[in-house]
Amino acid sequence: MLRAYLEVIRIRFLMMLAYRVNYYSGIVIYSINIGVYYFLWMAIYGEQSSLQGLSAVQMATYIAISWMARAFYFNNLDREIAQEIRDGTVAIQLIRPYQYLLVKACQGLGEGIFRLFLFSIPGMIVVSLIFPIQLPSIGTVWLTFALSLLLGFIVNVELNLITGLLAFFILNNQGMIRAKRVMVDLLSGLFIPISFYPLWAQTILNYLPFQAISYLPSIILVKGLGGDELTQALLIQLVWCFVLLIPISLIWRKSRKALVVQGG
Amino acid sequence: MREMDAIYAEGLTKEFKVYQSRGGLWGAFRDLFDRHYRIIRAVEGIRMRIQPGEMVGYIGENGAGKSTTIKMLTGILQPTSGELKVNGFDPHRERERFVKTIGVVFGQRSQLWWDIAVQESFRLLQKVYQIPPKEYKSHLERMVSILEIESLLDQPVRKLSLGQRMRCELAASLLHKPKLLFLDEPTIGLDVLVKDNIRTFLKEINQELGTTILLTTHDISDIEALCSRVIMLDKGKIIYDGSLTQLKKVWGGRKKVLLETEREIAITDFKSRTVDLPVTWESTGKRQYVAYLEQGEVAVSDLLARVVQDIPILEMQIEEASTEEIVRKIYQEGIPDA
Repeated sequence: MLRAYLEVIRIRFLMMLAYRVNYYSGIVIYSINIGVYYFLWMAIYGEQSSLQGLSAVQMATYIAISWMARAFYFNNLDREIAQEIRDGTVAIQLIRPYQYLLVKACQGLGEGIFRLFLFSIPGMIVVSLIFPIQLPSIGTVWLTFALSLLLGFIVNVELNLITGLLAFFILNNQGMIRAKRVMVDLLSGLFIPISFYPLWAQTILNYLPFQAISYLPSIILVKGLGGDELTQALLIQLVWCFVLLIPISLIWRKSRKALVVQGG
Repeated sequence: MREMDAIYAEGLTKEFKVYQSRGGLWGAFRDLFDRHYRIIRAVEGIRMRIQPGEMVGYIGENGAGKSTTIKMLTGILQPTSGELKVNGFDPHRERERFVKTIGVVFGQRSQLWWDIAVQESFRLLQKVYQIPPKEYKSHLERMVSILEIESLLDQPVRKLSLGQRMRCELAASLLHKPKLLFLDEPTIGLDVLVKDNIRTFLKEINQELGTTILLTTHDISDIEALCSRVIMLDKGKIIYDGSLTQLKKVWGGRKKVLLETEREIAITDFKSRTVDLPVTWESTGKRQYVAYLEQGEVAVSDLLARVVQDIPILEMQIEEASTEEIVRKIYQEGIPDA
């Protein structure tokens, strides 16, 4: 059965390759974003060499790495699922001997792998030539970052599954999908690292899953976290990966019963 | 004997909640807090026994509940009540194990992946159904040659015509040699040649692999070509379950006799000659007349005996009501004692 899921990943990768032209525009958008946030943050730093425990160079690195990580973990699974529920193709998925949600997650992974290799890695090389960023040399930091990135991906996919499945109950959940997307970008630390939020907000954010998506992986790489700090960061991510499975399986079970196939 | 049935349904029922919206802005506002709904019974107490290897046509008007039944039988929808065993499984509760034993083709939805080549879809299905490579290869080759889809395999599905796609869908649904095949309007919008090709293919599959086939369609010629048994559904209830020949015998009473005469004859002349027979006359053109016989076998010879004596006839044709007409009649009038 594992083979089937690997095949799903491979096929999504092939599909992305077939539509690769779409991604040239993506490269431009990401470059602009990195540029904008770089200059904005450098203006905020001004003469100061360090804010909230991040030096200016670390900040620049944080921006670059978190945007490139976003290219990997970001996907439109929520929209795809909502679409499939709305037009009834979810019925086709249910006559296949596989787990629909796991297949969706694998498709997300196929997409992520595509963008990691054809977008993030080349993009990172270009960015490191343009902006004065400091990446750690090859070593265990990259390995732990990769692990943390994967966990962040899983948490993001899980949130997408939940938002997408809500289409079973609210047939038009476009608004919710858009709101979720903004929330993830804002609260995951992509725009503003969590350590820059006021303390009360940080306390709240620490209890939410969003930091596991972007902030924790990026900070692991930028600060080269180790020891207890690293363990704690990875543990938080891991816990969220498991905790989010609970609402997903509840919603899925309920939606299988509530399923009304649209259009005949 | 339940284990033997390919499909065993008893009292199968599906109800839907249908929300009703009030009119106007104020109504829409009230709907936010207090929604009214009605319960609709799409399928009501269906009883169905289908033996392995049968080819059964499942017909009914739009909205009669065919699709809902198929969706319950395939495990997509959960029945509201009733007993259901398909291939020995409870379709909804044992979904993952159950769906390995069935194949499904929805004429109006594609189950192939839109953006990738057909053979990539097949390969994915091979992995999904865990088909051994050797078996997969030989079985696929056979299907490809009968369905004539060799040249389509490396094309993305979105570039195929409807007929090409449909043949690929069929192959896809049978890759894992399912014991039971559901076809939901498989020939909708297809041309005659493709229809023929598909029918021949289905017959072969049925004979060779003993695949049970349940077919829903609006095209009665599909049923005539393939199915010996018909189940007819109306307003969620089964109104007929039996052979096609029986259906024709009971319902196909009306025969047509078409006549072309040498000279013009007044329609009243015909009428007066056959006044004691259950016949209605109609003139359909110059020197062309049709007699509709209400029922019975005797009437045709009776009719001719009365007519040929004095009227010179150039051509004559006897037409039986087509299955299509019969079905239309049943839809309109219903079976009285159902």
